[in-house]
Amino acid sequence: MDSQTTYNYKVVRQFTVMTVVWGIVGMLVGVFIAAELVWPQLNMDIPWITFSRLRPLHTNAVIFAFGGSALFATSYYVVQRTCQTRLISDGLAAFTFWGWQLIIVLAAITLPLGITSSREYAELEWPIDILIAVVWVSYAIVFFGTIMKRRVSHIYVANWFFGAFILTIAVLHIVNNIEVPVSLTKSYSVYPGAIDAMVQWWYGHNAVGFFLTAGFLGMMYYFVPKQAGRPVYSYRLSVVHFWALISTYMWAGPHHLHYTALPVWAQSLGMVFSLILLAPSWGGMINGIMTLSGAWHKLRDDPILKFLITSLSFYGMSTFEGPMMAIKTVNALSHYTDWTIGHVHSGALGWVAMVTIGSVYFLIPKLFGREQMYSVRLIDWHFWMATVGVVLYIVSMWISGIMQGLMWRAVNDDGTLTYSFIETVQAMHPFYFVRFLGGALFLAGMLVMVWNVIKTISGARPVDAPVPQTA
Amino acid sequence: MDINTWRGISTALALIAFVAVWVWAWSSKRKQRFDEAANLPFADDDIDENSKGGQHDCQ
Repeated sequence: MDSQTTYNYKVVRQFTVMTVVWGIVGMLVGVFIAAELVWPQLNMDIPWITFSRLRPLHTNAVIFAFGGSALFATSYYVVQRTCQTRLISDGLAAFTFWGWQLIIVLAAITLPLGITSSREYAELEWPIDILIAVVWVSYAIVFFGTIMKRRVSHIYVANWFFGAFILTIAVLHIVNNIEVPVSLTKSYSVYPGAIDAMVQWWYGHNAVGFFLTAGFLGMMYYFVPKQAGRPVYSYRLSVVHFWALISTYMWAGPHHLHYTALPVWAQSLGMVFSLILLAPSWGGMINGIMTLSGAWHKLRDDPILKFLITSLSFYGMSTFEGPMMAIKTVNALSHYTDWTIGHVHSGALGWVAMVTIGSVYFLIPKLFGREQMYSVRLIDWHFWMATVGVVLYIVSMWISGIMQGLMWRAVNDDGTLTYSFIETVQAMHPFYFVRFLGGALFLAGMLVMVWNVIKTISGARPVDAPVPQTA
Repeated sequence: MDINTWRGISTALALIAFVAVWVWAWSSKRKQRFDEAANLPFADDDIDENSKGGQHDCQ
């Protein structure tokens, strides 16, 4: 049998299954550190499981292990299906899978040990950074190589978004991690002072814009039309969406550095570009949701579609909230408070995780030769657990964060601060508990998913769909 | 040249590029190509029919 007659589903299967596994791990760590904030004695005075060390493990695990595996899986699936050709190299694709898993394991070992470069969302030390760069370049070769050997004339819009994500992350990762090693486990950034901060947040916000947005928009542009059974609402709009989004995101990073040593013009630039971002973000959201136009009834009994469409609603919500929070006067209240944490999770759980979960439920039966998931009813259960979990999470953080900001800025008539810091912490305590409940509910939904996936996979034979032979 | 002149020119160029993308995307010449592209996710639908129910054996 010529392997060129089928799609390479093996690497897609591997990444899809690991998406679920790493989702559980990353979210479990998240729930645990949320519990530590409610009950600080949970760290049991063991340095490896203190909040400070587990927090970067949580962010790395959910962004790069869960989100990353999902992006590898879906981009490899979508690029093959819409280019009607097998991946350009099975060996290199397998290398990206094993390399990426190795990176995740190394992160899980080094971060609790306290080995960190202290760059947010880029904490891994230089030897792992080099490994990431090698795996990422291989990923780019596999993805773009497959596009080059496509058997259709168009490059579908989802592949444009995946391509922009892969290319940009390569640039961001390399530029942000230019550092001077002093030992195997310690390095220092080459950039000085405010420039270092700007490079860090140019990276940081584009990790949001390209890793957590452009890549997942690629997912949206394939799986929403597929699940709805109709082409995207407006292909023209998707073209404008793509160019407007990628050219605007690059400049939004300085909003993380309002009222710091960063030059004021750079802060204002970041604010203005963040406000402009509302337009392409909502253009994309409307394009996705309107794909259902005329077929809204499908939402009633298709929980996969519920996941996908609700994810777009959360995307719209957080891309409205984000620009508002980037306004300097709003930021003066919101920055450094729990409001930011709530905002991030409305994007991360509501948008990124839910669009991923919907896509995984779409993929699993296809990859394992099943008609559909073992239980559609359980998908519906998962949907409601996830939705209620996110809502509990973000509402508690809104209240806690705004209260925290107001308490910090309250002053007495004589100019002294009204509240001590510990009083603000005490006021936040009940909301930390609600946040813990919301996170735990979201995690419980993921466990329902694991059960459903195991029942679907067990006894099934992996299927590699044939490549259409008529060009 | 004064840096503010460059800033003005680059802003104008960005605006022109933005409008150009809209004009390009909405041009009627592109309509048919875009319709074809929009249907790409469905172009290989038949192969899923072959692989349903674990019956398929990659012949």
